[in-house]
Amino acid sequence: MTLARSEVPRILIADDEAPARQRLRDLLDECRERFPLTVVDEARSGREVLDVLNREKVDIVLLDIRMPEIDGMEAARHIAGMPNPPAIIFTTAFDSYAINAFEVNAIDYLLKPIRLERLLAALTKVRAAAPPSRQALDAAANQPRRHLSVHERGKIHLVPVAEILYLRAELKYVTVRTVEREYLVEESLTTLEEEFGDAFVRVHRNCLVARQAVAGFARNADESESGWAVVIKGTGEKLPVSRRQHHVVKQFR
Amino acid sequence: MGNVASINQTGTGIRLPNFCNLGIMLRSLVVVNLLVAAAAVVRAQRLATAGLEFVLLAAFAEPVLIVSLLALCGARRWLHSLGYARSIAMVAVFELALSWAAWRAVGSLFVDYAGGSFPRLAALVLFATAVTLAYFDLRSRALAPAIADARIQALQARIRPHFLYNSINAVISLIRSEPRRAERALEDMADLFRVLMSENRTLAPIAEEVELARQYLAIESLRLGERLRVSWRIDAMPGDALVPPLVLQPLVENAVYHGIEPSPEGGEVSIDVRRDGPQLVMTLVNPVAAGARSPAGNRMAIANIRERLQLHFDAEASMKSEVDDGSYRVTIRMPYLTPPA
Repeated sequence: MTLARSEVPRILIADDEAPARQRLRDLLDECRERFPLTVVDEARSGREVLDVLNREKVDIVLLDIRMPEIDGMEAARHIAGMPNPPAIIFTTAFDSYAINAFEVNAIDYLLKPIRLERLLAALTKVRAAAPPSRQALDAAANQPRRHLSVHERGKIHLVPVAEILYLRAELKYVTVRTVEREYLVEESLTTLEEEFGDAFVRVHRNCLVARQAVAGFARNADESESGWAVVIKGTGEKLPVSRRQHHVVKQFR
Repeated sequence: MGNVASINQTGTGIRLPNFCNLGIMLRSLVVVNLLVAAAAVVRAQRLATAGLEFVLLAAFAEPVLIVSLLALCGARRWLHSLGYARSIAMVAVFELALSWAAWRAVGSLFVDYAGGSFPRLAALVLFATAVTLAYFDLRSRALAPAIADARIQALQARIRPHFLYNSINAVISLIRSEPRRAERALEDMADLFRVLMSENRTLAPIAEEVELARQYLAIESLRLGERLRVSWRIDAMPGDALVPPLVLQPLVENAVYHGIEPSPEGGEVSIDVRRDGPQLVMTLVNPVAAGARSPAGNRMAIANIRERLQLHFDAEASMKSEVDDGSYRVTIRMPYLTPPA
């Protein structure tokens, strides 16, 4: 994020607990004298954070880690994929695991109850510093996301991983197929396999199929080197199985 | 069905001692050497020659003993996994095999030393093994009540640090806008921590437990607001019934942490306490949030309470937890006890 010095940063408060949001508002009010700012909105979950970001221009997100549905860690990973992501200041009351992960991956955070001086310091610092990288956030989260984020016309759209039928690499993008439609994500199939490997199975160099989306296998001598194709549940599509991945066919029998 | 496996109060977790422990090694050396000395005195015709007999016996006994201790130290995990009775049998077989090997070796080294027949030696080795193991068995039984007491202390449910800091944060946010509510919340926290930090060895009236859980829920509702709904069904509760301290609050905390917090809409925690003939029955129900977090912490809290129930009531208490139809239900049954009049 690059903020011109003259701009007044627009801040989003994200916490599922009302008193915690109120406390941050109070503190930010006190910051104003020394650090002019605007509070754009409040969000009560990771999903609401992304909704606000789709609507509003936000420069800094004060992001609680433990929130229902989509937690702060996952929201941050989706945010990191945005073209002009806002800066993130994580907040947490006590979560020895998260704190440890943040330390290891050099990600800044504030401990609740937050002190005014600490908040001021973090706000000042965040204007200059680079936001945490996607890699650092992935390492800190150390668990698969529950959604993939698709960026369409500058907006974030979330696709639940549980609804994905298969992922297919094509040139720069990966096609994400659900029953309803296809999406394009800018991630590599290899990293997706690393993250979601348990739920997916590789049938081809360019294709990962969700285990629960495998309806069966069909003979397909024309298109497939192994002579087999995997049949996708719901859409009935047949995707070729490569010779190298032929063992997958047996694995499912 | 709930786990009603009993932990025998006096024989709690009796098993082979940890032979890697220096104290255990020293004790084994002393016990066996005393037996060897006794054997030497018996074999010697006169006390003056007992010293020589001891040296001769020790030449056989010490290598066997030291190799045994090292082997038992190395194999202790495997032996523990066998269970007590089978591990003792294994030790006996091992000692026999080892002494047979030593008997062959010593016999070939000291041709003039008549080590005696192997069956006689085997009987002595088995005797020494039995005496040593019996000694450790008695010793751990003698220490068991102290260990159980220490375990009750250690198992005393500890509040999640997460709760402490979040609550402080919530109270701080109230101080400006609603000072009276902030005061009230701090008073509740003080009461809660007074109980958490005291030594709760003895049983306490259930009414106190319920009050504690209420105070806990009052603090949590500051943070969670309308997401946390509580329904108490305690009309039929005998308030004087004695229960292990901190048996209810950790369950309620669990219900909030796993059932309410992960859900944006929240849900209802219902608590039911009643008497059922000679038993006191507590039932706690909370919703299972979709995509809830890993239940590891949950299992720990449940296991903790289960173990304390067993330490207090042995097999007379039971606890079962079940998930059905999107809700999580814990039921505790324990003897209905009243304070002596």
